[in-house]
Parts: sequence; structure tokens; C-alpha cells
Amino acid sequence: MRLGVLFSGGKDSAYACWKAIQKDEVACLITIKSANPESYMFHTPNISLTSMQAEAAGIPLLEEESHGEKEAELSDLKHAIERAIDNYDVEGIVTGAVMSVYQAERVQRICHELRLWCFNPIWHTNQERYMTSLISEGFEMIISGVFSEPFDENWLGRTISNEMIEELKNIRNRYRISITGEGGEYESSVLDAPFFRKKIMVTDSRKEYGNHNGRFVISNAVLVEK
Amino acid sequence: MILLIDMSYLRNSLSTMEFVYPVEDIATEEGFSTTICHRTELSEEMITDARKIILCGTALRDNGFLSDLKRFDWLYEIQKPVLGICAGMQAIAIVFGGNIATETEIGMREVKVNLQDPVFGGRKEFMAYEMHSQKVEPPDNFKVIAVSGERPVAIRHRQKKIYGALFHPEVRNNWFVTNFLET
Repeated sequence: MRLGVLFSGGKDSAYACWKAIQKDEVACLITIKSANPESYMFHTPNISLTSMQAEAAGIPLLEEESHGEKEAELSDLKHAIERAIDNYDVEGIVTGAVMSVYQAERVQRICHELRLWCFNPIWHTNQERYMTSLISEGFEMIISGVFSEPFDENWLGRTISNEMIEELKNIRNRYRISITGEGGEYESSVLDAPFFRKKIMVTDSRKEYGNHNGRFVISNAVLVEK
Repeated sequence: MILLIDMSYLRNSLSTMEFVYPVEDIATEEGFSTTICHRTELSEEMITDARKIILCGTALRDNGFLSDLKRFDWLYEIQKPVLGICAGMQAIAIVFGGNIATETEIGMREVKVNLQDPVFGGRKEFMAYEMHSQKVEPPDNFKVIAVSGERPVAIRHRQKKIYGALFHPEVRNNWFVTNFLET
């Protein structure tokens, strides 16, 4: 089955893509570039990195701009998926939804309207096992945005490692966070993945931070041999 | 051993990850051992060895199991507890003489318990995730134990511990699966 993956460049959509590659055929990646940093539907930090990630993976990328207004962004998503049907003959959509019923429900509705299959391979997965799998299966990821306590600017740009997963587990109960960042506590950017032919090296970046709200802005990056 | 039957279009597929693994996680976290088997690979031995059986859900467009229900004749004779989730409930209903009809629901819905049963753990109502393209008209030998609006969303055999849940308990209602496994 030819699949389009809703791809934000973060760990969840990249891992869902990896599972789709292992079990089926990924025809294209679909990225929504939302102008709204508060979007409930779409990941926003370093979204422009997706073109480099698609190049690294050797998979076509379909991009759609969205103003990010709450329900209008769903029309933008639907339009992007329609383009994926027209241009890449996709029969199904893959998402990296982990726990968010809000996101999953809306994508399911669009797929139903367009008569597409919808797959959510990390839906309600065991969070600790999932985080560990990311590392063991060869993903290299950094924290690209922080949006809640206790995450401060020191977290920005850090590599997600087994040590960090232990740290997240230790602070989970105290701050009521999800270790996957599913509650919007943090966002990630993937620099390398098992399906990348090359990896991304960040050559220039800066941190923007204030009041537990910050971004690691990648202003320049290059693809390098693995 | 708890036998988890993968009702989806293909064994070890993306749907297995979405609809079977979360149920497996609930069972293993409660200390139960599990075996996953695709509906096309079921054997009498597996059914005999199982302590309880769960028929898992499928993707919204995945109705292939409806053309494969001859494999589920064993349900009619079984004396062990069985839970059918979504597609699983549809399969159970048809095997026992009920029907399904087109009706799509996607999202969180309010469920009202109209007949108390140990699987509800005393709850009278709760919010549940529904994602199906067919509703179930229950067979005569089943009672409706919970509804969402007018729609039966949980049923139970009148004599046996055979249950159906049209909603997905693995989403925000793990307790439902746990109660089924423990009662």
C-alpha cells in the first residue's frame, strides 16, 4: 500500500515513518508549515528542516502552508492530503500520534472523507519502551522546543539519550509531564534516522528562551555522510 | 495465557501496532502472559490453550474480517471469557446471529451503563473513544449493557462471559480491559 506520512521532522512522525517503511511503502512525506506557533495540530519548531530530512531519506516531500487558524488548518491538511493522492497515488496516511485524541480524531475524519486508510503505529504505545527504541534503533534527536516547567534553556539543543530518558522519568511525576513530550512539554528535531542515507549536521543555531518557553532555532545545517 | 487475535488485514502490520500492541501492554502490565495471533492463523490448539481471548479492533477502512467469519464458528461453542473490541464486537454479533449496519463514529463519546456488570467496576457513565464505520444490532442471546445515545456500545452474552465493546477501551479506558481480564 502506498502511504503518505504526516511528517513534522520530530521524533514521533519520523519513527512512524520508519515503521511504515519497514512494513509498507512510503510514497511521500507531507509537511504542514503552520504560521501559528500555538497550533494544536502541527509541530512548528524547525519545520523547515523537513526538506533536508526528506532529502536525507530520499523520499519526496509535499509541503503545504497554513495560517494555523484552529479549524481552517484542517482544510489545509485535507488539501495537502488531496495533493498526495493526486501526485503520489497514496492509499493511506500515517501519523505519529501517540496519545492525542484531538489530533488522531481529526486525521481519521479527513482520511474517512477521502476514503483513505489511516495508520497510527505508535498510538498508545508504552512510552518508556518507545523512547528507548528510538535510541536503540538509531535515531539521533535533539530538543528543539520547550514549553513547560521544568524545561529551561539548558534543555534546548540537547541530544535525547538514554541518560536524558532516565532524567525525564525522574521528573515525570513531580511535574506531571509525559516523557514523550506528548502533552506539548517539549518538541524534538531528528538529525539522523535508520532510513536516512545521510545525516544532518547543525552548523549554526541559536536559543530563544523566556518563561519556560523556548526554541532551539537551527539557522544553518548541512547533510554529511553517515 | 491471554490470546489476542489480530483482526486486521495483514499479520504484523501497522494496524497490529495500533490495535493489538496497546491491548497487549495493558495485559502484560497487569501480569498476564499473552500470545498474538492473526485471524488467518488461528488454531484449535491456541484456543484450547488460552485462558481468555480478546478479538482486537481494525482500521476504519479495514472490514476484511467480515469476509472471513467462518473462522470464528468456535465462538458459538466456547465456554471461556471472550472480549471483542470494535471489529471484534462486530464479528461476535454476526456469529451469534446479530447484524451490523453502516454508521460512522469518530471521537470521544459519552457512554451510559444501563446494566451493571463487573467489567464496568461500578461506573455508571464514562467517556470513550469510538472509531468505527458500522454499528451493531445485537443478537437475541446478548444483552446491551452500555449505550452511547441510542447505539449499543457494550454487549454481553446472556449466559456466558462473552463481551463486545464497540468503543476502544485501550484509549483512555484501560480499566475496562483490566476488569475483563481479572473478573
